[in-house]
Amino acid sequence: MPQYPNRQFLDFEQPIKELYEQIDQTKKLAAKNPKINYEQTLQQLEHSILEKRHEITGQLTPWQRVQLSRHPDRPYTLKYVEKMSTSFIELHGDRNVRDDKAMVGGFAELDGQTVMFIGQQKGANTKLRQLRNFGMANPEGYRKALRLMKLAEKFNKPIITLIDTPGAFPGAEAEERGQGEAIARNIYEMIRLKVPVICVIIGEGASGGALGIGVGDRVLMMENTWYTVISPENCSSILWRSWEKKEVAAEQLKLTSKDMQGFGLVDEIVPEPEGGAHWNYDEAAQLLKEAIIRNLNEVKDIPAETRIEQRIEKFGKMGFWEE
Amino acid sequence: MEQNDENYLGITGNTPSSGQPQAEGGEQRRWFRRFRKGITTSTAEKKETPEGLWNKCPECNYITTTTELEENLYVCPRCNYHHRIGSDEYFAILFDNNTYTELFGNIKSKDFLGFTDLKPYRQRLDEIYAKSDLKDSMRVAVGNVNGKEIVIACMDFEFIGGSLGSVMGEKFSRAVDYCIEHRLPFLVISKSGGARMMESAFSLMQLAKTSGKLSQLSDAKLPFISLLTDPTFGGITASFGMLGDLNIAEPGALIGFAGPRVIKETIKKDLPEGFQRSEFLLEHGFLDFIVDRKQLKDKISLLIELFEK
Ligand SMILES: [Zn+2]
Repeated sequence: MPQYPNRQFLDFEQPIKELYEQIDQTKKLAAKNPKINYEQTLQQLEHSILEKRHEITGQLTPWQRVQLSRHPDRPYTLKYVEKMSTSFIELHGDRNVRDDKAMVGGFAELDGQTVMFIGQQKGANTKLRQLRNFGMANPEGYRKALRLMKLAEKFNKPIITLIDTPGAFPGAEAEERGQGEAIARNIYEMIRLKVPVICVIIGEGASGGALGIGVGDRVLMMENTWYTVISPENCSSILWRSWEKKEVAAEQLKLTSKDMQGFGLVDEIVPEPEGGAHWNYDEAAQLLKEAIIRNLNEVKDIPAETRIEQRIEKFGKMGFWEE
Repeated sequence: MEQNDENYLGITGNTPSSGQPQAEGGEQRRWFRRFRKGITTSTAEKKETPEGLWNKCPECNYITTTTELEENLYVCPRCNYHHRIGSDEYFAILFDNNTYTELFGNIKSKDFLGFTDLKPYRQRLDEIYAKSDLKDSMRVAVGNVNGKEIVIACMDFEFIGGSLGSVMGEKFSRAVDYCIEHRLPFLVISKSGGARMMESAFSLMQLAKTSGKLSQLSDAKLPFISLLTDPTFGGITASFGMLGDLNIAEPGALIGFAGPRVIKETIKKDLPEGFQRSEFLLEHGFLDFIVDRKQLKDKISLLIELFEK
């Protein structure tokens, strides 16, 4: 986890940056004046940072929440896997085209039991971001995910998916290899999996690209994430015919964790450290782990056939209409 | 609204094989509008509106009379271009003597989220209700195709770009239940820009909802045929559109996950000739076959027969 001064600050996080700068200056003063005790001032500043983090996340607009979900310091799938579990063995490839680096997965031990982790992976720096294709999987990524799900099903291991994608990759080769079919197949197969499936939006939950690993017995959202049918930018471009309406689009789409829980489209909001998951990876992972284990324990003893019926019913109820 | 639908699709601009400038796409749709009028009005009325009598093929500019085109199942007699048609026309083409019973016709969209883009979703719906009999972007009917009973769900592109929202998801689900209850095969004719953004995450969840129902249809061992027509994109290909026991398509239909415009912006290159057309999908292994509209009815009834025997 990056520490100041390597931390990155979003616009609305600037007040926190200023507090860090004050701490720096105070420390410099302390070094120059060893006779004066600056301990109390420093403690106060540290406290102000914590308060500011709390204050900021309390009053975010939907668009700012989207920005927070994309915070460059935010932990990604493999980081959570590392912090939550032990004995992780990453498994690669769709056995057909190639290994998609935007989608990762593998067995690990979580709370004393073997589980299959699957999730989109983003990169932490420019080079890694390209390697991970910004978390936008190609069809082989979805097919790799499905292969791992089937593997887990065969050996009766629960599946945990961690979703963080701006969308499935809209490239020409992705079309040639059937991006639509790959996502459709995953959605169809996931709803019939005989093992428990827990899905968590840990960052961005954009459209079919997210749902392609997002059908489960429980769907959770971390506090500062979003989940809907299209990114606010693309929605703005299509419905408003302008890239400038992303803030409005974010409001209209009602894409925050609170909205989604209110609609009954997700089951639970997983709290994050004050100010967002990027402030404390250990704490974020601990909160997530607790929620995953609790939900897993709630569904794991339900007979497989009943669990599948309940899963079909859960999604079958979603929608609104008049007649 | 027409422009809006085209834009909604994300497939405006130069589509690869037709190479038509943007304006012509809209014109193409207007012709089609005229057809619908032509179909529903009497011969006497047609004479009063001469523009309804003639149609120009957007591919080869061949001129036909509306009657001639209708008799030719809205396929250009010269170049075989398949005009975009709606549920009325498909039902007339497929069901024996144009006789069928419409199912779940009263389900209508609701603006649950209070969504407003350039205009409120509610107003968008009311405007369509005012000028069209359509209740939403999909109609479901049961009837006979060459004597074989079948349930057909067909999309109407003119209703917000044939978009997939809660109503389509619910009608699809009930259609599956109906098929299971009456032991009938299911044909879905897709023509859609994808998910309905004005229903936000609710529209996305229809992908999972419909897949769950298909899983039940599959367990009941009833055939599901997915016919993809021009254009079919986004949430449809990422769900039931690509999940047919058989996936078939009309010739030359534009079918894909992402729209060509988006792909072009991503890869910063022009797309090859024929990209995302039915023939391209067949070549890449995503379709069982391409079917000419004139053979459609016989192919469907033959398939049902083969599944039965
Ligand atoms: Zn022609």
